[in-house]
Amino acid sequence: VKICVLVKEVPDAAVEKRMDPNAKRLDRSGEKNLNPFDTHAIEAAMQIREGGAVEVDEIVAVTMGPESAYRALHKAVSLGADRSVHLTDDALAGSDVCATGYALGTVLASESPDLVLLGQQSDDGECYTIGAVVADHLKMPSLTQVIKIDVEGGKLRCERQAEYGYDTVEVELPAVISVGDAINEPRYPSLKAIMGAKKKPLDTKSVADAGIEPERVGDEGSRTEVLAINPPPQKQAGEIIEDEDTNETVERIVGWLEERKLLA
Amino acid sequence: MTAILTYALHYQGEFNKNSLGAVSEGAMLAGELGGEAAAVVVGGDDLTDDLCASLGRYGAAKVFRARAPEGLAQPVVDVMSKVMEDEGFRYALFGGGLLGFEIGAGLTARLGAGVTMEVTAVKVQDGKLVAERPILQDSAVVDVGYVGERGIVIGRLNAFEVKESGQGAAQVVDVEVQLQEHSTRAVMIQRGEQRGADVNIEDADILVAGGRGLGNAEGFDLCESLAQALGGAVAATRAVVDAGWYPYAAQIGQTGKTVAPKLYLAAGISGAIQHKVGMQNAENIVAINKDPNAPIFEFSDLGVVGDLNKILPKLTDAVKAKKG
Repeated sequence: VKICVLVKEVPDAAVEKRMDPNAKRLDRSGEKNLNPFDTHAIEAAMQIREGGAVEVDEIVAVTMGPESAYRALHKAVSLGADRSVHLTDDALAGSDVCATGYALGTVLASESPDLVLLGQQSDDGECYTIGAVVADHLKMPSLTQVIKIDVEGGKLRCERQAEYGYDTVEVELPAVISVGDAINEPRYPSLKAIMGAKKKPLDTKSVADAGIEPERVGDEGSRTEVLAINPPPQKQAGEIIEDEDTNETVERIVGWLEERKLLA
Repeated sequence: MTAILTYALHYQGEFNKNSLGAVSEGAMLAGELGGEAAAVVVGGDDLTDDLCASLGRYGAAKVFRARAPEGLAQPVVDVMSKVMEDEGFRYALFGGGLLGFEIGAGLTARLGAGVTMEVTAVKVQDGKLVAERPILQDSAVVDVGYVGERGIVIGRLNAFEVKESGQGAAQVVDVEVQLQEHSTRAVMIQRGEQRGADVNIEDADILVAGGRGLGNAEGFDLCESLAQALGGAVAATRAVVDAGWYPYAAQIGQTGKTVAPKLYLAAGISGAIQHKVGMQNAENIVAINKDPNAPIFEFSDLGVVGDLNKILPKLTDAVKAKKG
């Protein structure tokens, strides 16, 4: 089978993220990295390959993003993908969930994957939804927040937490599965894999190359618009204690609890 | 004119609280838009006329009932997209919860409609819905409008209050929907499995909650000793429940319980949004975490930056001494 893993380049966790007040978009300048949630999806693909229940012919990392996003693909390849596809075009800038899902769905369709894996959320957009959008475009069954995948007889047996406890769902291939971060502990890439990543095939595609209708992506194709950016409702900042002398720290905590009659 | 369609999730003969919140919110917004609110229910024989009609109490004028597998999103996408197109609904609205996210996302693709998620409030501006959505770990709130005729709103957990409108029974309409082929290729094998012991955290005045920062399952011993000293119970985050460190019944947040105790002491919890939505209404929040940048310090009343293994045992002893 062929597995495509959707990945994204996001601002590094250490970068203070902000909205660009003029463009009304997330300011994505500064240090960037592979979305940490995506590493779980790549690891899940590797474990399916190594599990041996099904022969994995190829693992392909796929991203949509600016020119710089090739670095996220290199990282994905260093973690185990065999090659990568980079959808990049100025026409895609400003795409919302609806437009992004359509664009990614179109690129994925041209790869004819048996399984599409992705992380539960992006570290920046926090949308949780792209998997289900892409699945509808591809007409594939889909589950999100999956924390266990077993391959049995060409089908996937998936577990996840839903509203009323743990659900076990059997999904036929081809399918789109978004994995929760509890599914595995991603491995670290070896130095050799990091060095070798740049040499693996990377296919760069424009909107025209991918057969994407330009009026359905970017600002023009988006179906939502940011009207205003406001500060959050203010909550009074709490008191902070840095623990230097633990006896003193504990005394202060107990005093604080007593003041509020919580030790009665 | 039809304005807003909501999805009402049910399980074992009862509607989900967040779904009832969405039905209530939908009815209120539909009133402002000058239209009608309705709900879709999907399932089997347990969807009796009486149960469906009871959604009228929360303001649904009609309830569209479809016979299809329950607990999975894609059959509901098929039903809702058909009802929205046949009946001319403009908006679909969902309470917080996993299925709402999946159904809303599927509808976005199917209808080519805009979607907003993690929405905390919805308002009407110039005859259209505008969603308020916190972003970047709640450091800003954006107002998002919809382009075109249709829009999908996915609420954050507990964002919409359950309100009885005093209206009578809803009209129940059966709809026949041919499911798409792909919607039949996922099959529920087991639903709602409870893992681990049954514990009650919803009635506790004091909760000591543990997260990944405890390091391992044994770390919960520290939480249990402290909870015992304080006269409270122990709760947990999703990460540690999924890791098998603590029972599911003690889980706070998005797919777990929502609590509002007098004291919530968070030990080794970073404070992700999915956790925050389940406990932010606690009267007093104390957080202990070794990472000074943990988001939980943004909404705790008392934050302690330090090592749990050093602080918790001493705190337990001090509380015991104080309470005698």
